[in-house]
Amino acid sequence: MKKLMLGNAAAARGLYEAGCAVVSSYPGTPSTEITEEAAKYDEIYCEWAPNEKVAMETAFGASLAGKRSFCGMKHVGLNVAADPLFTVSYTGVNAGMVIAVADDPGMHSSQNEQDSRHYARAAKIPMLEPADSAEALAFAKLAYDLSEAFDTPVLLKMCTRVAHSQSVVETSDRIVPPEKPYQKNIAKYVMMPGNAIRRHPAVEERTRRLAAWAETADINRVEAGEDHAVGIITSSTCYQYVKEVCGDRYPVLKLGMIWPLPAEKIRAFAASVEKVIVVEELDPFVEDQCRAMGIAVTGKALFPPEGELSQNIVAEKLGVPYAQGRALDETIPARPPVMCAGCPHRGLFYTLNRNKCTVLGDIGCYTLGAVAPLSSIEMTLCMGASISGLHGFNKALGKESENKTVCVIGDSTFMHSGMTGLANVAYNQSNSTVIILDNSITGMTGHQQNPTTGYNIKGDPAGKIDLESLCRAMGFNRVRVVDPYDLKACDRAVKEELAADEPSVIISRRPCALLKYVRHKAPLKVSADKCIGCRSCMRIGCPAISIREGKARVDFTLCVGCGVCSQLCPVSAFESTEKGV
Amino acid sequence: MKTKNIMIVGVGGQGSLLASKLLGQLFLSQGYDVKVSEVHGMSQRGGSVVTYVRYGDRVASPLIDKGEADLIVSFEVLEAARWMSFLRADGQIVTSTQQIDPMPVVTGAAAYPEDLVRKMRDAGVKVDALDCLSVAMEAGSAKAVNIVLMGRLSRYFDFPEEAWQQALEAVVPPKFLEMNKKAFALGREA
Repeated sequence: MKKLMLGNAAAARGLYEAGCAVVSSYPGTPSTEITEEAAKYDEIYCEWAPNEKVAMETAFGASLAGKRSFCGMKHVGLNVAADPLFTVSYTGVNAGMVIAVADDPGMHSSQNEQDSRHYARAAKIPMLEPADSAEALAFAKLAYDLSEAFDTPVLLKMCTRVAHSQSVVETSDRIVPPEKPYQKNIAKYVMMPGNAIRRHPAVEERTRRLAAWAETADINRVEAGEDHAVGIITSSTCYQYVKEVCGDRYPVLKLGMIWPLPAEKIRAFAASVEKVIVVEELDPFVEDQCRAMGIAVTGKALFPPEGELSQNIVAEKLGVPYAQGRALDETIPARPPVMCAGCPHRGLFYTLNRNKCTVLGDIGCYTLGAVAPLSSIEMTLCMGASISGLHGFNKALGKESENKTVCVIGDSTFMHSGMTGLANVAYNQSNSTVIILDNSITGMTGHQQNPTTGYNIKGDPAGKIDLESLCRAMGFNRVRVVDPYDLKACDRAVKEELAADEPSVIISRRPCALLKYVRHKAPLKVSADKCIGCRSCMRIGCPAISIREGKARVDFTLCVGCGVCSQLCPVSAFESTEKGV
Repeated sequence: MKTKNIMIVGVGGQGSLLASKLLGQLFLSQGYDVKVSEVHGMSQRGGSVVTYVRYGDRVASPLIDKGEADLIVSFEVLEAARWMSFLRADGQIVTSTQQIDPMPVVTGAAAYPEDLVRKMRDAGVKVDALDCLSVAMEAGSAKAVNIVLMGRLSRYFDFPEEAWQQALEAVVPPKFLEMNKKAFALGREA
């Protein structure tokens, strides 16, 4: 049956059809929907793991036990899971194991634009790269066959434009392969030096066999072209841009597996054209390998190593005419993302600003606390770095920073990588003030449950980690909870904990305003008679409040009645729109 | 058939994902190859968002680039102006007249440009501007702005209204179907 499917949903369909039985992932844009969609199939056990390392090890355990397994993550998540990745390459698998990694060129929702293809080569694990939803489905299935045939985990590499584009797929039925009962095999699965030394040559031999397979695999295909002046090597979404611009003009070598590469196929392709151009996003990954094979190619001399490509960029670099479009002769103000109206993080950041705190931040919606007018966060690096960074900051400066520096980390990020940083604070005793922004969900990636929410991926009741008990068990005597909608309470908590001469944890707790179960109050309105236009309410950067003709105005379609603005108004101009009030 | 390009632009959270789902469903039901490209994640938090919808005999790129859009559907006036350069020379903008101040305007670092609809028309662009928010509230919910816009957009296609209705039924939860049908009809006729 023909369906329009998101690339990530198609990959999930591929898992389903291939008989995948166990999925463990950590959410991360643009990879999240693979696991969310997989969870809709009752035949697959799915879970959100606390982080990508745990997810990959869980998937490995399931493979070992004999069931086809999967873990999915964004590009930076693979850094977290790199430890098991490099060694699962050595052990190989029992039942098939597929690892999806989704890159984010252009950084729509990421802190860097690393090119994950390097991991395939570094860890010596084959990597398939689909170019649309139909391939995402087909390659996910193929990945399992390769995994079992070559005794290797297989990387399925997505990117934003494949992951988050819908295109047409044809689905088929689920076929569950015969189980592969677990068998004790210490030499294969216990990676201590004596065994690993013997596994490494097997990995090298596997790569040679995979490269030979790549030569004849139809996922690495040559598409004929009329004009042999240029031949193009490409894969993933770049293939689509090339076809959009050139149609069937130039021959194209479309790579479905970008590591290991089919050297002879590339050599023959290069010999059939006058000049070879490699079209790829980010690093010259394919280009460099071609050069190493002694094949003359052009790539990054034409195309930028940063950002996404598009049909116009490809057209420009290939000398094909393209439309330019016409901009309005007007300065259009930027519209950066902002914390939502009613976001519980807002009140806390306002408090930190008022107390002139230096704030070290982390990864999540609250990273938007760095945006004007709050401009509160001064450092964001990676998951968990806020706590460890604060510890280092305080160790370096001592009392000079301890009484004015804090870190903020979300509940999900804390579970992901914050606990080990907190252990370091407790163990090596820096007088740090750690603020956990507990909005009871993984927010930025679109509301996934985590170990602190009490629910699993299906929304059913699950184990719930109590943050207060956890922090106390680590040795923190000062653990307190505040409601970030209550500015006075926030102010008191921040002042007292910064002044205390021992480390402390403040849990700023209120569910994300976008959660469906959260009941909001009626929107507020501004009494034009009372408003004196002092702009005090504008300091919190709420998107629902604007100034019109010198007076504050509330957009009722956005306001959720949180009341933080009214606590700032010196003349009580904010009123409820609730009937009868 | 040459690929047709429709862009849906607006502010994150305004409901563009449902609108693109509806269009995707419609074009697929009419037998076309379709690609829809969305942005998830951080931009969805009140930032400028864009969705590309393309259909034709065979669609390659999931993106629409500058100068390529046949239609730009906009939830917000400033966003229509921002993305105007993506319009073809003879393209059409269909926009709601709603204005939402971006943060630089909220903080006073920038001004919201005035008379954008007139300025776009003065620049020779065909602009169909409708107060979709008021229409949506007439239909029963401010949240139905996206469907009002789809109703308005439907006037620029030759597809039978029945096809639109079926696409609507396919993507809207049954609970809200009646209200959304009303919103669609009001948008189409307004």
